[in-house]
Amino acid sequence: MSAGRAAHTVKERAELALNDEFLRKAVRFTTERLRGGKKKASEEHGNWEEWRERGRAIRLHTIAHLDYYLNLFADNARANGVHVHFAETAEEAVRLSLDIAEHAGAKSVVKSKSMVTEELHLNHALESIGVEAVETDLGEYIIQLAGEMPSHIVIPAIHKNRHQIAELLSKEAGYELPPDTTALAGFVRKKLREKFLEADIGMTGCNFAIAETGSMVLFENEGNARMVSTVPRTQITLMGMERIIPSWEDLEVMATLLPRSATGQKLTMYMSGITGPRRSEDADGPEEMHIIIVDNGRSLQLGDPEFQELLNCIRCGACLNACPVYRHIGGHAYGSTYSGPIGAVLTPSLKSNVAEWDDIANASSLCGACYEACPVKIPLHDMLVYLRRRKVEAGYGNKLESAGMGGFAAVMGDAKRLGGIMRLGKLGQKLVVRGGVIRTKLGPLKGWNTYRVTPSLPKRSFRDRWPTLERELAEGLRELDPAVRKRMEEAARAAGSGKGKGGGGHG
Amino acid sequence: MKVSMFITCLSDMIYPQVGEAMARLLARYGVRLEFPRAQTCCGQPAFNSGYWKEARASARTILDAFEDSDFVIAPSGSCTGMIHHYPKLFENDPVMLERAKRLQAKSYEFAQFLVKVLGVTDLGASFPHKVTYHPSCHGSRLLGVKDEPMALMSKVKGLQFVPLPFAEDCCGFGGTFAVKMADISGAMVTEKADHVLETEAEVLVGLDMACLMNIAGHLQYRGERVRVMHLAELLYEGVKGA
Repeated sequence: MSAGRAAHTVKERAELALNDEFLRKAVRFTTERLRGGKKKASEEHGNWEEWRERGRAIRLHTIAHLDYYLNLFADNARANGVHVHFAETAEEAVRLSLDIAEHAGAKSVVKSKSMVTEELHLNHALESIGVEAVETDLGEYIIQLAGEMPSHIVIPAIHKNRHQIAELLSKEAGYELPPDTTALAGFVRKKLREKFLEADIGMTGCNFAIAETGSMVLFENEGNARMVSTVPRTQITLMGMERIIPSWEDLEVMATLLPRSATGQKLTMYMSGITGPRRSEDADGPEEMHIIIVDNGRSLQLGDPEFQELLNCIRCGACLNACPVYRHIGGHAYGSTYSGPIGAVLTPSLKSNVAEWDDIANASSLCGACYEACPVKIPLHDMLVYLRRRKVEAGYGNKLESAGMGGFAAVMGDAKRLGGIMRLGKLGQKLVVRGGVIRTKLGPLKGWNTYRVTPSLPKRSFRDRWPTLERELAEGLRELDPAVRKRMEEAARAAGSGKGKGGGGHG
Repeated sequence: MKVSMFITCLSDMIYPQVGEAMARLLARYGVRLEFPRAQTCCGQPAFNSGYWKEARASARTILDAFEDSDFVIAPSGSCTGMIHHYPKLFENDPVMLERAKRLQAKSYEFAQFLVKVLGVTDLGASFPHKVTYHPSCHGSRLLGVKDEPMALMSKVKGLQFVPLPFAEDCCGFGGTFAVKMADISGAMVTEKADHVLETEAEVLVGLDMACLMNIAGHLQYRGERVRVMHLAELLYEGVKGA
């Protein structure tokens, strides 16, 4: 991990990223392209909001009945000749994978892109038993060579520019490659072609698992997942237990939402549906197929009203591309496999130990861009607040902040006390106000004033001014316009009847 | 009908002219505002930091202050948005929950109240300047206040509107975020200010003094002379001069 194994907090890791101009430029460039693509694709679609709502409804329904659909999927997959395994923990999932590899006498594994295998650190585990694991997605291949974690759910090497990639691949090639995308991709294609042919096992992730037929569906652009799932003798698919959707009909909605949200494509270059291992009439495909269904903390969200919707995520990465924080610090600053807004919520949620939450949930201004971008409308900005609250309630809040918030409650719980504090503030500021503003970088103002000036308090607050203003306005007040009065009465009636939502709810 | 002003902390303490502009503008339509003095802060700083017990203490003053109002109008989408979180904040207290829902149903952000309730877009204002607009996140995303400010500005004579590039990106304020994650927030406000300067606008206008304090504070730190103001101030200045 280039962005600092030694850095322990989000703040420290963010600082490394903020000082890395290459990284910031690369992340800005690609997220802007993806965000623009999504905007265009969703506008062209025409009924985007309705389809988001449909997507959300499908995900809510599936997760609410996850036990039923998982069983249905497993039964159907087994009937198709697939070996279905359930893994409660990461260790179990790794153990199952290694057992299959050992049993197959495998020397090498080719992998298509899979976030769940990243979550399990499966490559390391395979290497520890002497099995070579080769990533075949171009981005994943690059970060594997660099020895890094993915810094984006969909674009793992988003933080690298083509010059850095050329340098990395040249080292692998043993000769100098030009920083030209076609040449670099050409080199990797040739290199990987050999790996596909040698591999004993093909390992894939799973975008969607279709319960009604026990099938799995992969979306990809490079064709590597097709190679991985057709050439080697054995296929292992790892999937988070929430990847299920009930039917192929539901896939239509997901296939509309996922590529558009991820990259702005109407559909990825390849979409493969795989139903069991090779049959006698098939031209290709694995002879043996395993699906490992991974929990690893996911069931912690089941039945939790504040976090269950997290399981609705379809891993499109749209929230990362929309996030103004991710834009500046990239993915490694989040310190785990999953980055961006979804990572900031998912990472602590997959673990039950709140003490380990670090301040990852604080790395958000709660602007809601993630929620707006999400194709299945997961309220990530609300969840970030719930995480912060749970940490405080569990007694892991910052001591200084806790004291400050106690003071806040005392002052803000009583307007008279607030008035007193404001008078004190006006006196106190005399020490620091220069030219109408405060520039000191001392104490609590350090963070703010490193980038800004602080306005001073005016002589009279609104509260102080109001009695005079109220008298003045009352004297000259005109009659309420009848049309305006009518509109106001209607709005007040709607509010009183419980139909009104005032200024609207979540947009 | 009782129409109440929810002034919000920043407009009360630092930017009283915003509340004043709002009251004067509404008076032109015969809307008489009243100001319950028991109000304090909406509680958002504590709520967003995870201190909900403390947030409730503050939120209670708002619920008490506006109990018998028919409309509650605030010059901030963010503080109005916080009122929309009250039902969640009091979800385990049936009595407070009912009160929270009632308050939510009658709370409006200023531009929203003007356009959606009063039905006013043309205030007869004139403001012959080049203006750009930052749509604050909570107002635009959580309350859906997107078209109202545009409708209001489009009717102002002489106002030359320049769209802000990447307008929908957060300015980096985020309450305590600006202090806790000062460097990330600093990077965000730097980029926001760069975009404001790109427009070559004389005036940056918005609907939330917190975001505007952030952007203005940074512009001033850099020695830039862009004037930053709340839309209520702009409109009032525009009708005064017209």
